[in-house]
Amino acid sequence: MLDTDFFRRWMTAAAASVEREADQLTELDSAIGDADHGSNLQRGFAAVTEVLEKDAPATPGAVLTLAGRQLISTVGGASGPLYGTLLRRTGKALGDDDEVTQAQFAQALAAGVAAVGQLGGAQAGDKTMLDALLPAAEALATSFDGAAEAARAGAVATVPMQARKGRASYLGERSIGHQDPGATSAALLVEALAATATATDGVDA
Amino acid sequence: MSDEQQVGIVLVSHSGPVAESVAELARGLAAGGVTAPVAPAGGLPNGGLGTSAELIERAAASVDRGAGVAVLVDLGSAVLTVKSMLAEGDELPENTRLVDAPFVEGAVAAVVTASAGGDLAAVEAAASEAYGYRKT
Repeated sequence: MLDTDFFRRWMTAAAASVEREADQLTELDSAIGDADHGSNLQRGFAAVTEVLEKDAPATPGAVLTLAGRQLISTVGGASGPLYGTLLRRTGKALGDDDEVTQAQFAQALAAGVAAVGQLGGAQAGDKTMLDALLPAAEALATSFDGAAEAARAGAVATVPMQARKGRASYLGERSIGHQDPGATSAALLVEALAATATATDGVDA
Repeated sequence: MSDEQQVGIVLVSHSGPVAESVAELARGLAAGGVTAPVAPAGGLPNGGLGTSAELIERAAASVDRGAGVAVLVDLGSAVLTVKSMLAEGDELPENTRLVDAPFVEGAVAAVVTASAGGDLAAVEAAASEAYGYRKT
């Protein structure tokens, strides 16, 4: 079972990972975006860590809902409402339970990912965060490590794609050959999740 | 028509000065009576470029007179932020609508219509119609 503390530690691990990789995310974003993905997410996740320490939500769903709300308020770029929607919808789908199963979580995450697709009007293959999130959500039903692997592979698979959404789409064919920053940060999030599971006793990672 | 019944307008831009200037322009061109409440929500709280849910929430609350709020936006993350706030259901006043319109032209049309006492549907229609005005 995954408890409230597990989700809090996931968010903390994600914040640390974003902090560590911020320069790389910004570098990827300077190739096909406006060079602020790393700093935007860094600001957002720092705010997430701060609010989770202060407010101490009581359920897994509440942790993710609060974190999502914080991202929408502080990120400033499109990744704010997109990641905010991902976490809030996942959190709401988890409901008020004190603990959730891995299967419940996988199902909730799939609902969150679907909400992201709906908000941004994007699909698999558009060179967005969905290219990492969709395969990750599917793999999560069976394995945390599998989800991380699927997200990483999904991010790498965006390199030959042509962007069809967001600012990168203005570049047309010139977006080909660059890894999508959103898919890359999404993979970081899922990798942080797998690392949290590995570090947790009793969670089958 | 009293101020109580006017539709409120929120202008969301990535830039604080752009949102403020467009609000000023729209108020100026709608002048002649009591203009409808207009609030800019531009940039980030620290003055940087971007979209802030907090500023949007505050702006919407400040123009809400009970007749609805029309939100006009500029680019990418402004659109997504307002859409995600509307999807939450409890972050913006009841009867808040994201209006599909060109930012400057739509803002002028919206403020003129709201100031004349048009309801939310009329404000939305007027702002969207601004897309139909071809310039060449």
